[in-house]
Amino acid sequence: MADLPGLTIAAAREGLRSGAIDAVELTEACLSAAEASAPLNAFTALTADLARGQARAAAARLGAGDAPDLCGIPLGIKDLFCVEGVRSQAGSTILSDFAPPYESSVTRRLWDAGAVCIGKLNMDEFAMGSSNETSCYGPAVSPWRRAGDNRGLTPGGSSGGSAAAVAGDLVLGATGTDTGGSIRQPAAFTGIVGVKPTYGRCSRWGIVAFASSLDQAGPMTKSVRDAAIMLRAMAGHDPKDSTSADLPVPDFEAALSGDVRGKRIGIPTEYRVEGMPPEIEALWHRGAEMLRDAGAETVDISLPHTKYALPAYYVIAPAEASSNLARYDGVRYGRRAKIAAGDGITRLYERTRAEGFGAEVKRRVMIGTYVLSAGYYDAYYLRAQKVRTLIKRDFETVFAQGIDAILTPATPSAAFAIGEMADADPVQMYLNDVFTVTVNLAGLPGASVPAGVDARGLPLGLQVIGRPWEEAEMLNIAFAIEGAAGFAAKPEKWW
Amino acid sequence: MAIDKDTARRVAHLARIEVAETDLDPLAAELSAILGFMEQLAEVDVAGVEPMTSVTPMKLKWRVDEVTAGGQREAVLANAPDARSGFFTVPKVVE
Repeated sequence: MADLPGLTIAAAREGLRSGAIDAVELTEACLSAAEASAPLNAFTALTADLARGQARAAAARLGAGDAPDLCGIPLGIKDLFCVEGVRSQAGSTILSDFAPPYESSVTRRLWDAGAVCIGKLNMDEFAMGSSNETSCYGPAVSPWRRAGDNRGLTPGGSSGGSAAAVAGDLVLGATGTDTGGSIRQPAAFTGIVGVKPTYGRCSRWGIVAFASSLDQAGPMTKSVRDAAIMLRAMAGHDPKDSTSADLPVPDFEAALSGDVRGKRIGIPTEYRVEGMPPEIEALWHRGAEMLRDAGAETVDISLPHTKYALPAYYVIAPAEASSNLARYDGVRYGRRAKIAAGDGITRLYERTRAEGFGAEVKRRVMIGTYVLSAGYYDAYYLRAQKVRTLIKRDFETVFAQGIDAILTPATPSAAFAIGEMADADPVQMYLNDVFTVTVNLAGLPGASVPAGVDARGLPLGLQVIGRPWEEAEMLNIAFAIEGAAGFAAKPEKWW
Repeated sequence: MAIDKDTARRVAHLARIEVAETDLDPLAAELSAILGFMEQLAEVDVAGVEPMTSVTPMKLKWRVDEVTAGGQREAVLANAPDARSGFFTVPKVVE
């Protein structure tokens, strides 16, 4: 069968169940595609032995008629997830050769559902970045290129390897994590679907922590249906994560009717940011039109504190990171710096962290340390937490007025070239998160769905923001956009 | 609020990240720029607003007070850069 790794999860599921596709062959095809993808730098490790074992087990389950949705489906796993016995470094030198002796709860669920682990995927160091350029493995490269231009583009970040692997048809789907936009921005940059679930929908246990009150795992896939299938398998209560919600997980796929008649879709005025490229604004208008054509009503809404989301995020996330990353001390796991005889433990800590963390991680840890330090806590951290309350309240207010979901652009631009932002100050890079970060602060679900291409042929995405725990409705609206937009562009294979 | 060189040195030390003396001035400038961006938060009227401390209104569960995954010394030490005789090692901390 031609192009097995190019299949959607849904198509492969049908083929595997009917017997038209063999689980072992499907896995071999993905392993071959992954092995031949070095120029994309999407993988940090291939797990061929694990994959082959899982594929054989899946074939047996399929043969026995015990085949959950993901049985035999080859996936890539962001390096942030611990996979037992497999090097899991979160893209950081400080975790050099760290091989966790345990399995993250999300990947455990995926393997229990029969999914196959092709390998670990590249990412920004500790998920801090929007271009995958802070990774200790070097940047992942997008399968997409601008028309008539061979420069390498970023697949976005921090889940850049996941985006490149799915868009480049190396795997059928991938896990990502999203703290400020790290699933939705790379999905938008590479023409795939990315879903950040409601905070608490997926367990964070065994996922290397960045900012614990914002981090959520989610699927990155080739279609909305695939995202629905994969999210159902990833989600669910986990006693090992006290913030994971003890709520039933709906059948998200069953909710994909495409019927959005009578739905009230909010269009937030404040997301018309200064300097927004006309193409993005036009795409946003078209998205609203598609939903109106499908029988939904679009309503102008106001989320007045939007402007303060980024500065609040860049206080709160680094503060949590400075606390979470305190564990990297060169003593219990990971890389340890060499110190001179007679040097004390403080020197050991300071040098280990100076050598093991990259520039962006150090910057954020120090900003976080500063905003939490005596004398500045009230002015920065406490104030940011109050602003966070106001941002969440903005959303609660419009939802209470009967808004079912909110439509925004996913990113303020199409993908940029690797190195293009090198001279930009850190704050300019942070602006990538301007449309996505509010969702993390408010704990809401958000989905990025490809809806068009720009003048240079690069994908652009729209974001649907749902009510808390209403991923099913959010996905159905994304499904309607997907159907109406008919996005079918694919990157030309050059690697 | 601008961060001066002494503050940068203090923050780096609090964060336990070694920074060379010659790198402190650029670090101070960089941190100051980021903090400058955050100054916008001062415009917001937060009088009477409670700080957000939990994302979803849920009650944390209590677990049973029992050992669930104990007795795994080897697994715990497996990734230590310098484990000896069943212990983590650190430079001498007591004279």
